[in-house]
Formats: sequence, structure tokens, C-alpha cells
Amino acid sequence: MIKRFVCSGLAMLGTVSALAGAAETPASLMAQYAKQAGVPVSALSAERGAALYRTEHPGRNGQAVSCAGCHTANPTQAGRTRIGKRIEPLAPAANPQRFTDAAKVEKWFRRNCQDVLQRECSAQEKGDFITWLSQAK
Amino acid sequence: MNYLLRGIGVVSAVGVFSLLAFSLPSGDARGDGGYTLPKLTHKNWQQECASCHIAYPPSMLPKASWRRLMGGLDQHFGENASLDPATQADILRFLEANAADSGTSRMGSRVMRSMSPSEAPLRITETRWFVRKHDEVSRATWSRKSIGSAANCAACHRQAERGVFDEDTVRIPK
Ligand code: HEC
Ligand code: HEC
Ligand code: HEC
Repeated sequence: MIKRFVCSGLAMLGTVSALAGAAETPASLMAQYAKQAGVPVSALSAERGAALYRTEHPGRNGQAVSCAGCHTANPTQAGRTRIGKRIEPLAPAANPQRFTDAAKVEKWFRRNCQDVLQRECSAQEKGDFITWLSQAK
Repeated sequence: MNYLLRGIGVVSAVGVFSLLAFSLPSGDARGDGGYTLPKLTHKNWQQECASCHIAYPPSMLPKASWRRLMGGLDQHFGENASLDPATQADILRFLEANAADSGTSRMGSRVMRSMSPSEAPLRITETRWFVRKHDEVSRATWSRKSIGSAANCAACHRQAERGVFDEDTVRIPK
């Protein structure tokens, strides 16, 4: 009996946190990535984030690729995909929808880090990246 | 009694007629030139397949093509477009149900007319149907900076995002 209550209580908690999952903020995501990396939030670096954004890497077809390549040199501006479709700005100052959905953020980090760096980004790199974008005005 | 039966006959004839008149999809109602495709809604497809390009109409490739394409999303034309397995399976079901060879659209029959059943091209832009429809577009035009790629349908078909490809909506950018 008690076990049943505990179980349904846990199930309800699960539902609540799954719903809450959609409502992150750049700050709450920074805190999560810092925790995952095992460092305090204050150890995240906007400078390293900017370097990650700008550094060019050799791409598969010999052309240099970078995050800035699609998201443009200035992240408060709209970018373009390879096919020419508009990408809304990455900086939350210009686009409040950014970094508010943990699943979406993880999906694009996974894809875009693989494409640009040929590997996944670390939790620390993700935290740095959001730290820098949060300051971009 | 007789009048009543005749009355029912007239009413149902009118009913069938108006059903026929209103159930024709708008594209087909315009005759052979109609390339306004019926609007399709599918949450995952619209959310996941329209962030890098328009959500290409499922009726422009056969089922076998969609299966190949959805099986290789981590290496999707040189980009990583990977999805979680559940979303991927859900989108594939939708694409197959509306594919060119699903028998659900005139658009699909047009594509299949110039394709053999064993073909499974990964690109719409490589199908014979597409090449024939675009034979007046020169090689130099496709590679213009404002277009970039034949896959950029929306560069010329200004309402492509809504499934409208009629010739009177085409404008090739400079
Ligand atoms: C080939 C083009 C391309 C490159 C290169 C690229 N991105 Fe993206 N990125 C996109 C597209 C397209 C989206 C989704 C756009 C949308 O949903 O508005 C996106 C979205 C994102 C998002 C989602 C943010 C949110 O909350 O919505 C993150 C994070 C991201 N990119 C990080 C990166 C990082 C880090 C790099 C470099 C390692 C990078 N991107 C390089 C195309 C690119
Ligand atoms: C991360 C970006 C990205 C996402 C997400 C994406 N695609 Fe693509 N897609 C591309 C690129 C890049 C090309 C190659 C375009 C070119 O050659 O100009 C392409 C091409 C295609 C083509 C061939 C176009 C042609 O030339 O006829 C099809 C079909 C296609 N994608 C379907 C899909 C489907 C279905 C989905 C959703 C499951 C999807 N794409 C999601 C980037 C993406
Ligand atoms: C360079 C510009 C350009 C691009 C890019 C382009 N098209 Fe076209 N398309 C045209 C032109 C020009 C025609 C011929 C219109 C006519 O017959 O007058 C055409 C015709 C068509 C037609 C037949 C329309 C009709 O009424 O007969 C369809 C359908 C179509 N295109 C689909 C596509 C799709 C799907 C894509 C992307 C995968 C695409 N097009 C990319 C220029 C373009």
C-alpha cells in the first residue's frame, strides 16, 4: 500500500519534471552543464566560448567550417544553412527562444559539433558556448 | 409515397454531386498544370525536416527512397541530421504513407511515370521527372550565389514552403 503511494508519487514527480524540461533558461542550462563537467558556474568562460564559435576546422570537402560559418560572425544576426534557409539568431538577446529547450539544445550540439569538430562537444564546452552567447549584445 | 421517394432521389443526387465538387483537392481541380499540393500536417516531420531546408513533399520520392534516406540521417548529404529512434520511425511512417508510390496523390503518379520500381534515388533533384521539368534552367543558373543548389526550391518557388510549385509562382533570382 505505502509502496503504491510512493510509486504513484514518483510517477507524478516524473511527469512534472518532464513537463518542466521544456522551460529551461540559458542560466539553468549553464548550471546543468557546469555540474555535469564538475566545475562551478563561475569557471565557465565566455572567452573560450567565443573561440569555440569562431575557430575554423578543416571540413570533409576541404573547405573550412566553423559555427560562425552558418550562424554568422555576429550571433545576434540571422544566419543561413547550406541550402540557403534562414537561421534565426543564436544569441538570446536577439532571439529569446534560444536555450529554453534542453532536448533541442542537446540535439543541435550533438549534430553541429560532429559536423564542425568531428566529435561531440564536452559539457564544459557547451557551458562556455552558452556563457558567451548570453553576453552577446 | 412516390413523391417522397423521388424527393429523396433528388436530394441524394444533389448531395453526391456537391460532395464530388468539394472533395477535389485544390491542385487537381485546376487541371493538369496544377502543382499546388494538398496541405499535409505531421508535427515531427514539420518540426524536424524543415530546419535546414523546406520540408520536401513526401509525394516526390518513392517509399524505398525515404527508407534509404531515413536510415542514414547521421550522414545526410554531408551533414549530421540524426534523430532519436522513436521520432525517426514516426517520420518514416508518415513519409511512406504519402510517398510517390503510395497511390495517394497525382503528384506521386507523375513522379512514378518516369521511374522504374527498382529505383530509389536519394534526391528529388535527380529524378527524371525533376530534370525534365527544369530543362530550361541552365547549369550557370543553378550555381548562382542567390540559389546555391537545386535543392533550394524556395529560391525560385516563392511559396514552396506551403507546397505551391505552380509555374506562375516561379521567379528565378538574379
Ligand atoms: C551547417 C550549418 C551549421 C553549422 C556549421 C553550425 N550550426 Fe548550429 N544550428 C544550425 C541550424 C540549422 C540550427 C537550427 C535552427 C533553428 O532551429 O532555428 C542550429 C541550432 C543550433 C543550436 C540550438 C540552440 C537553440 O536553443 O535553439 C545550438 C546550441 C547550435 N546550433 C550550436 C552550434 C555549434 C556549437 C556550432 C559549431 C560547433 C554550430 N552550431 C554550427 C546550423 C549550423
Ligand atoms: C542539419 C540539417 C538538415 C536536416 C535537419 C535535414 N536535412 Fe535534408 N538536407 C540537408 C542538406 C545539407 C542537404 C543537401 C542539399 C544540397 O545538396 O544542396 C539535404 C537534402 C535533402 C534531400 C534531397 C534534396 C534534393 O536534392 O532533391 C531530401 C529528400 C532531404 N534532405 C530530406 C530530409 C528529411 C526527410 C529530413 C527530416 C528527417 C531532413 N532532410 C532533415 C540538411 C538537412
Ligand atoms: C533555379 C530556380 C529553381 C529551383 C531552385 C527549383 N525550381 Fe522548380 N521550376 C523552376 C522553373 C523555371 C520551372 C518551370 C516553370 C514553367 O514551366 O514555366 C520549374 C517547374 C517546377 C515544377 C512544375 C511546375 C508547373 O506548373 O509545371 C515543380 C513541381 C517544381 N519546379 C518543383 C521544384 C522543387 C521540388 C524544387 C526543389 C527540390 C525546385 N522546383 C527547385 C525553377 C526552379
